[in-house]
Amino acid sequence: MSGDHIHPEPTSFLRKHVFSVDHKVIAKQFMWFGLFWLLIGGIMAMLIRWQLAYPGTPMPVFGKLFFSSTGGVIDPASYNTLFTMHGTIMIFLGLTPLMIGCFGNWCIPLMIGARDMIFPLLNMLSFWTVMLGGAVAFYSLFVPLGGSEAGWTGYPTLSTTVANQGTGETLWAVAVFLIGASSIMGGINYMTTVIRLRAPGMRWTDLPLTIWGLFFTAVLNVLFLPVIGSAMILLVLDRVFGTQFYVPASIMAGGGGGDPILYQHLFWIFGHPEVYILILPAWGIVSDLLSFFARKPAFAYRVTVGAMMAVTVLSAVVYGHHMFTTGLSAMLGESFMLLTMIISVPGEILFFNWLHTIWRGSLRMDTPMLFALSVIFVFGLGGLTGLYLATISTDIYLHDTYFVVGHFHLTMAASALFATFGAIYFWFPKMFGRKLNETLGKIHFWGSLVPLTIVFCTMFVSGYAGMPRRYYDHTSADYLKPLQHLNVTTSLAAFTLGIAQLVFAFNFIKSRWWGEKASENPWEVGTLEWTLPTPVPHYNFKEIPNVVCGPHEFSNPAIPDGKDWIYQTEPLAEQPA
Amino acid sequence: MSAEAAMAHAALGHDDAHGHDDVPDDAHFGHATGGKIAMWMFIAQDGMSFGGLLLAYALLRVHATDWPVPVHILGIGLTAFATFVLICSSVSMVLAVEAAQACDQKNLVKWLAVTIGGGLTFLGIQAYEYHHLVERGIGFSSSYLRETGTEVNDLFGSTFFAVTGFHGLHVLSGVIYLTCVLFKARTGKYTQGGISYSPVELVGLFWHFVDLVWILVFTFIYLL
Repeated sequence: MSGDHIHPEPTSFLRKHVFSVDHKVIAKQFMWFGLFWLLIGGIMAMLIRWQLAYPGTPMPVFGKLFFSSTGGVIDPASYNTLFTMHGTIMIFLGLTPLMIGCFGNWCIPLMIGARDMIFPLLNMLSFWTVMLGGAVAFYSLFVPLGGSEAGWTGYPTLSTTVANQGTGETLWAVAVFLIGASSIMGGINYMTTVIRLRAPGMRWTDLPLTIWGLFFTAVLNVLFLPVIGSAMILLVLDRVFGTQFYVPASIMAGGGGGDPILYQHLFWIFGHPEVYILILPAWGIVSDLLSFFARKPAFAYRVTVGAMMAVTVLSAVVYGHHMFTTGLSAMLGESFMLLTMIISVPGEILFFNWLHTIWRGSLRMDTPMLFALSVIFVFGLGGLTGLYLATISTDIYLHDTYFVVGHFHLTMAASALFATFGAIYFWFPKMFGRKLNETLGKIHFWGSLVPLTIVFCTMFVSGYAGMPRRYYDHTSADYLKPLQHLNVTTSLAAFTLGIAQLVFAFNFIKSRWWGEKASENPWEVGTLEWTLPTPVPHYNFKEIPNVVCGPHEFSNPAIPDGKDWIYQTEPLAEQPA
Repeated sequence: MSAEAAMAHAALGHDDAHGHDDVPDDAHFGHATGGKIAMWMFIAQDGMSFGGLLLAYALLRVHATDWPVPVHILGIGLTAFATFVLICSSVSMVLAVEAAQACDQKNLVKWLAVTIGGGLTFLGIQAYEYHHLVERGIGFSSSYLRETGTEVNDLFGSTFFAVTGFHGLHVLSGVIYLTCVLFKARTGKYTQGGISYSPVELVGLFWHFVDLVWILVFTFIYLL
């Protein structure tokens, strides 16, 4: 166990940069890993959108690269693999490593005043396990019969050998299992670190909200990833060892009494908490950023924490709303509908708190703030449309349409991604000692927000008009032909969104090595990581700090020296008794 | 820091052998070591993974119309004995932790060895049972009762081997874990007073969990 005393800094290249146990190095490893997969998943999204807008037309540039055998046309099997792996990659290899792996590792020890995670070796193991999972997922694309084609949810019987005999599907299940194991290791480490290694004086209510978000996410990771682990074990047994847990009697001669719906239960027991796994750190980060850049304390801190806690608990009991059309009993369906409606209440509380936080604040419109504000907007759109999917009568019509695609992209994908971008712009100066270029950042922001809104709002329209998900060629159905111009609009907006990310990539690379040098506290924020010199020394805190006030003491009249902010280690002029 | 907290603190002897303060001098931290918190979390997640498998078993069995009565095929005597052995090994585990707390190295090593013996006996019985079942026709992917010539729902064998096999892997991990602790216990590492016994307590937590899960598995797979 460490994290509470000073280790000597490693000297060899391997121990320092590759097999490092330093949480800051691991955070950066997770960051590069996540950004790489975000790029791969993003390219896949572009390919999917091309096929939807111009079905059967050879794709320029990428077509020649990836689909030379068909003259650049995306064939149906590859299309299936594309949307399957786009989802898997973005969720498990893009957003999770970036938000939880990178910012969990970066923020937790620095913001609570610890020298490292409590289990540094476990931390390293967590990264190398997800690395292995990523490698297996990547390899699965190149085996005979291609990668997984069953959708990111991997529903049987599509994912069993009845539909797909290739090893790609098996490797997909193994990859999900490995990535899950990595997240569990991370989750145990994060929770134990927050419980045990807070600096003296740091009460639970002095934790930045980012840490609260990451803590609740860790709880969900530890409790629910094992369930999908079990589901994947059974799937692999079905595929490799000839059992028939998920293969029903009706589907093939000699089929057993297996149950494909069983998989859906196991999957969504995990799968619904998973969307909160992705959104809770985003909520935490946004809650902090809004306060930091509005120069006001976060409104109703304890209520925000309570709302996040309520969401964490409720997230475990709403999963049935993914299964309204599976023949779920009406009573169960109505219970899940009610619980799903209830979970939107804490979500609304968070909204009110965010709006109150920025209300009459002196907003500083730096790029992190822009992204934080956009999360309110984007998550609002996604959250409101969720009500139609939570209601059984409307869900039966909207299920498996592009309405669903638009909804979950706005909530768990776009909100989580924008919060991650906000976090990258915000902590970049402490991570690398340089600031990301603000002008490029603003171009990136507007180039992302406007097209992204168009992409997913047009999806609501096409979904409402009845366009199903995952179809290879919508134009083959007469009733969908009039929607084609809408699909072209969506795709053009998506391509714009993709190009805007190149601005970010350029900005990231350029600023990482040649950017403007940042001061030690460029945003004038009081949380513990900003008390440290840049680059942060190997042991973080030479002396473990003594925390005397909360993370959001902005514009407090008791702050000395005419500043509008104060470090968490500095006493206010008149401390209330 | 309150007086009670200070006393509990002193009782834990938090100045451990490594010379650094393992429990920060601050009341709101609580007094569990990081290792103990992490072990409980590990147990929670492991419990959920068993939960997933047992849920699968329950749903498959409830929906089947031709599920055999388990005791007719599996019998009960031998497994009941194995269960008894496993429960006894939990008792010896408790005695091992107690010996470690009392800085009694000789008894610590003895009771750890007895616990390992219990685990190995359980695994031996399980191996014998598996071998016997497969010989009688109950396999992992297909089930057929040779002595009566009757078909058995294939999922009976599949769920049986998946769930008990997953548990068997846990017993095996526990035995390996206990063996590592045993070797270190022989160096006297865990009997130096203070919280030096803590790793023995951790392996104990895991071992009791494996036991407890077996009680559930035994009930659901064999008895019900």
